[in-house]
Amino acid sequence: MAEILIPKIAPLETSVTTAKTGASLIEMENVSLFYGASRALKNISLKLEEKVVTAFIGPSGCGKSTLLRCLNRMNDLIDNVRMDGAIKIGGHNIFAADVDVIELRKRVGMVFQKSNPFPKSIYENVAYGLRLHGVKAKSDLDARIEECLRASALWDEVADRLHSSALGLSGGQQQRLCIARAIAIKPEIILMDEPASALDPIATARIEDLILDLKKEFTIVIVTHNMQQAARISDQTAFFYIGELVEFGPTRKIFTNPAQKRTEDYVSGRFG
Amino acid sequence: MENHFEAGIEALRQKLLVMASHAEKSVNEAVQALMQRDHDLALRVRADDDTIDAFEVEIDEMAILLLTKAPLASNLRLVTVAMKISQNLERIGDEATKIAKRARDLSQEPPVKITLDLPRMAGMALVMVKDALDSFVHRDAAAARALIPRDKEVDALNRQIHQQLAEHMMANPDTIGRCLHWIVAAKSLERIADHAKNIAEEVVYLCEAQDIRHTLKN
Repeated sequence: MAEILIPKIAPLETSVTTAKTGASLIEMENVSLFYGASRALKNISLKLEEKVVTAFIGPSGCGKSTLLRCLNRMNDLIDNVRMDGAIKIGGHNIFAADVDVIELRKRVGMVFQKSNPFPKSIYENVAYGLRLHGVKAKSDLDARIEECLRASALWDEVADRLHSSALGLSGGQQQRLCIARAIAIKPEIILMDEPASALDPIATARIEDLILDLKKEFTIVIVTHNMQQAARISDQTAFFYIGELVEFGPTRKIFTNPAQKRTEDYVSGRFG
Repeated sequence: MENHFEAGIEALRQKLLVMASHAEKSVNEAVQALMQRDHDLALRVRADDDTIDAFEVEIDEMAILLLTKAPLASNLRLVTVAMKISQNLERIGDEATKIAKRARDLSQEPPVKITLDLPRMAGMALVMVKDALDSFVHRDAAAARALIPRDKEVDALNRQIHQQLAEHMMANPDTIGRCLHWIVAAKSLERIADHAKNIAEEVVYLCEAQDIRHTLKN
């Protein structure tokens, strides 16, 4: 994560939204990815719409997290990784030579399975990225931090202890703080890699409701092992198996009448 | 932050209530058309049946989508009960349509000179439907249980009316066609009471998680 904090970042105003609601914001074309000689993704072609929640599902090792990490080039941080094909966001190839990876990761935020707040106060966790992006005035910071904490449904729980350590929050609160931190710099896309898998049912329900609220503003791609969670929160679902995209379509169809037998067997728990 | 899942459950409940109000209205109007020989009203009841059918399909779609999201406990019961209640409401709508068809035909012919206890039977069936739906709205298992025995009274009235009409037909063969209309209408009222009883049984399951179907037979 450290390299995305290098202060050579464009101001917030340059964040560009190019696609219209309902249009394809993310386009993957024949994406293959190799860890050394091992092929983890096989010719994945997929178009994801703006301001919808897309779930990536599939058994462990199917490549769903690998593909998710391609979308903000997190795989660049891993040695011996090679990718073929193209991924376009807003029509621009994110692997083109002139792409600023820092700028890309500003547009494509990420929330991980294990919440990872900075060992700082709640306030500073959200303020950190804002300061890097040129927000200096305290009144501006205060206003934006409150806005983000409200948007992540955390404000009411932390308003009276903003300067307490973020590490004192519960797991669910920490995860919502990470979401507040991710949305602070106004990304277009939020990637979530099993964001609720370590949380209890109540905290999970809050994260799910938050995701459904956030899709009014953001395009969300989520990896989950929980079929019912995918059914509850996603509009579109992609099922992966051993590096292949088996089926992609409206979540309602994937969970009530999938076209592929492998999808049927997976979502009904026969394997995986 | 909105609780999206609960909002989905509430939307299903509201949809079912709207469907119930349509079904109740259809039964009321069908009975009114029959008793008052109102041809136009009978035709309108028949036209409304498509609306009730569409609600059944829509409620099933909503319920299936909610089931994919793994509702539990009372939410699970509500979703499954909603599907069963909507099926009963759809059939109540069908029976109202059957009564309306008979009302339409009877309104074009001279009245049969016979005194039947059909207004009382219709009143009982109507109140059963209303009470069953009220027990759903208020989640009142006691009220639901209380209406179930009334189905037997409606059955008895139906048998009595059937017997009266059979005797009348034997004595007055020229009225057979019209009497058959009345027999069918009475049978539909009896079926409406059955569906009201079914709904009441589902309300008991919804409230108490107890399946009381087929346990109260004489």
